[in-house]
Amino acid sequence: MRTLMSKCCDRCTHSKENPCRDFIRCRLEGPLCHDDADCKAKRVEIKAVLDGLALIRPVVTVGMGTCGLASGADKVWAKLHELTEASGLDVEFKQVGCIGLCHREVIVDIQKPNRPRVSFGSVTEDKVKHLVEYLENDVIPTEMVIGRFPYMGEEQEGLKEYELPLIYDLPVLKKQKRVALANCGLINPDSLDEYVNRGGFVALSKALGEMSPADVIGTVTASGLRGRGGGGFPTGRKWGFAAAETADKKYLVCNADEGDPGAFMDRSLLEGDPYRVLEGILIGAYAMGASEGYIYVRAEYPLAIQKLKNSLARMEELALIGDNILGSGFNFHLKIKTGAGAFVCGEETALLASIEGKRGMPRPRPPYPASKGLWGKPTCINNVETFANVPTILSKGADWFASIGTEKSKGTKVFALTGKINNTGLIEVPMGTSIREIVFDIGGGIINGGEYKAVQIGGPSGGCLPKELLDTPVDYESLIKAGAMMGSGGLVVVDHHTCMVDFARFFISFTCNESCGKCIPCREGTARMKETMDRIVSARADETEDDTLLRFQSVVELEKLAETIKDTAACGLGQTAPNPVLSTLRYFRDEYDAHVFERRCPAGQCRSLLTYTIEADKCRGCGLCAKRCPQNAIVGEKGHAHVIVEDKCIRCGACIQFCPFEAIKSS
Amino acid sequence: MSTTQCQCGGVTTDPRITEILSKYPSKESANLIPMLQEVQEKYGYLPRKALVAAAKHTGLSTAEVYGVATFYNQFRFKPLGKYTISVCCGTACHVRGAAEILQTLESELDIHPGETTEDGLFTLETVACLGACSMAPVVMVNGEFHGKLTPKSVLKMLNLYRKKG
Repeated sequence: MRTLMSKCCDRCTHSKENPCRDFIRCRLEGPLCHDDADCKAKRVEIKAVLDGLALIRPVVTVGMGTCGLASGADKVWAKLHELTEASGLDVEFKQVGCIGLCHREVIVDIQKPNRPRVSFGSVTEDKVKHLVEYLENDVIPTEMVIGRFPYMGEEQEGLKEYELPLIYDLPVLKKQKRVALANCGLINPDSLDEYVNRGGFVALSKALGEMSPADVIGTVTASGLRGRGGGGFPTGRKWGFAAAETADKKYLVCNADEGDPGAFMDRSLLEGDPYRVLEGILIGAYAMGASEGYIYVRAEYPLAIQKLKNSLARMEELALIGDNILGSGFNFHLKIKTGAGAFVCGEETALLASIEGKRGMPRPRPPYPASKGLWGKPTCINNVETFANVPTILSKGADWFASIGTEKSKGTKVFALTGKINNTGLIEVPMGTSIREIVFDIGGGIINGGEYKAVQIGGPSGGCLPKELLDTPVDYESLIKAGAMMGSGGLVVVDHHTCMVDFARFFISFTCNESCGKCIPCREGTARMKETMDRIVSARADETEDDTLLRFQSVVELEKLAETIKDTAACGLGQTAPNPVLSTLRYFRDEYDAHVFERRCPAGQCRSLLTYTIEADKCRGCGLCAKRCPQNAIVGEKGHAHVIVEDKCIRCGACIQFCPFEAIKSS
Repeated sequence: MSTTQCQCGGVTTDPRITEILSKYPSKESANLIPMLQEVQEKYGYLPRKALVAAAKHTGLSTAEVYGVATFYNQFRFKPLGKYTISVCCGTACHVRGAAEILQTLESELDIHPGETTEDGLFTLETVACLGACSMAPVVMVNGEFHGKLTPKSVLKMLNLYRKKG
């Protein structure tokens, strides 16, 4: 017996054809069906290795999620292999998903036998030698250390590792509470052993063995879990609707079509802990009585798809999915559907149309998918993060979950923290945590000592929260009140160099491009809004009187359009499309006024409102700017100061980017 | 009586396409998207004959198949260059200067997003979000990520691929 999942001896009867009801509990506490000290000892030994207590050789763990790979984790991985082999070191290598500290990628953890696991950050190929030095000679490269993990065994005295800070005491992690992300970055996502060892599939065994579907729904309802995909509809109630329907077949769909630009929570969850999501899906399917399901994943997430495929194959081998799951008589088959790149498919009825092989366009509701969904059958659709919370709710109880968060928003929320912030990455905080705590305590403040301007929350359907609203707690109701929304959980922080008008224009161009075109308010309305926004940020030397009048009317026009779209668009995504414009108008009206009436951009970002000049005393006449200018608007002799011909200049800013002497100024 | 040449391109006998289509049960439209995805994986784009063959296979009209294919951003109807440069235009990248990166690439390669250079080396495209937001601004070249770019470093990156040829 080498793994937690393998049989202790021939007396174990578990097989795919004849699954054992106590399979999971037996792996953790077993053997249960017979009494044998040897079998028991084998289980205890394997568990100790998985807990990091009885290591025979050092374990080197590399974060290989998409963000790790983007930072060069594969190169670090290869270099680690090369150098440890060259030194003749016997080490075990392990790959994990993302722990969320994306700003410190590539992250490598090392645990030596009988010592705590130590995490090292910002590892590059060149720095790998320091890690090998630690493996070989115990010299800790302290400047690379992020922190140490708590050690579950007995602390040895005099070890230098214990002088390092505990990773969970770091400001970036201290205020976080990890429920959905509990295993992300800690366990090998491909290892069912590691997942089960950390309590995985205990909830599923409990649901199938001891609870009726109604009990499961009751527990989820009592926990107060609400949909994490954006809407915030109570999950237990949604399952209840689908369960109440009578039909020969019901479907369950997991929405992993994470289309919000600036959000990557679902991706990290699927890459870092796919079994948890799958366990949640199984529990949901059992509760509502679904026999078939789909997980709809973005095609842009190849790694997540790969991890899901591996996990599903492994679960099939062990009768954790398919027919007669864990001997309970419950059947559930799950298929992976790869999305083909359409933002609107995040809307549930559009997603169903896409699974059916059609154009992904929403349809009016009712009938709701719970009564008429996929191929006309009752269908329940939940988000990845919602499912990831379910196993913990069942194993720790509804009361435990309900004790976290605020009165109406229970539990935690995962956010992708990005933009002009020091600690970019993935975070999970209890509902009700203030934006200030997220930005300044967890996020470590604005990059380059900049000034906080706003945080954009909720993606293209959400809004901005300015400085005055820094103390807003993140929960469903407070955010709606402030003109934003929870959305799926993208948090983009912007500083004083970001123009809010340009920012709103970015979102409206996005929704305009992604509009499915079915209803006029969204198709035409967002296009008119984009046109109006373009008019605000572009300077036109040949502007006619009519154009000027239109420009002056633009803010009124925007408000009118926004209200109409909000009231009349066919789907949720359309109705919320004007939100970024409305919220910037609400909090940053002065910036709009500066653009419209004074024709200037206070943040200095809207290029067409700037003028470019070359400072003669700084210019050395190298000609690089002239070479880069797409309009040939820069003239001058080699070795002499150059000049920009203003009439020809299209204000693209290419010259500034390439001037080695910082001689070009914009104002 | 004048004969008019059929314009639909006829039903293909290209074994690569028929092989892919035959994996899916015929007269079932639910598999249309996976089918097209597989064809594109093989060809790099969706040739006209594949759309016609897929219509025949699923029992849909060619117009319906074309309607589905053009709805999704993933599908392309022209062959790709050797290297596909996907510039991430997500929120985080936008805030950290994706526009300058795109503009530099556009002027350097002299093409717009969706186009391929004359030598067939580079295809430029924009994507909504690659999900590597902490590395913003990000560009992906044939699946390989390049993060924290500046207009200068993106040119360096381009030259590396040019050297590889």
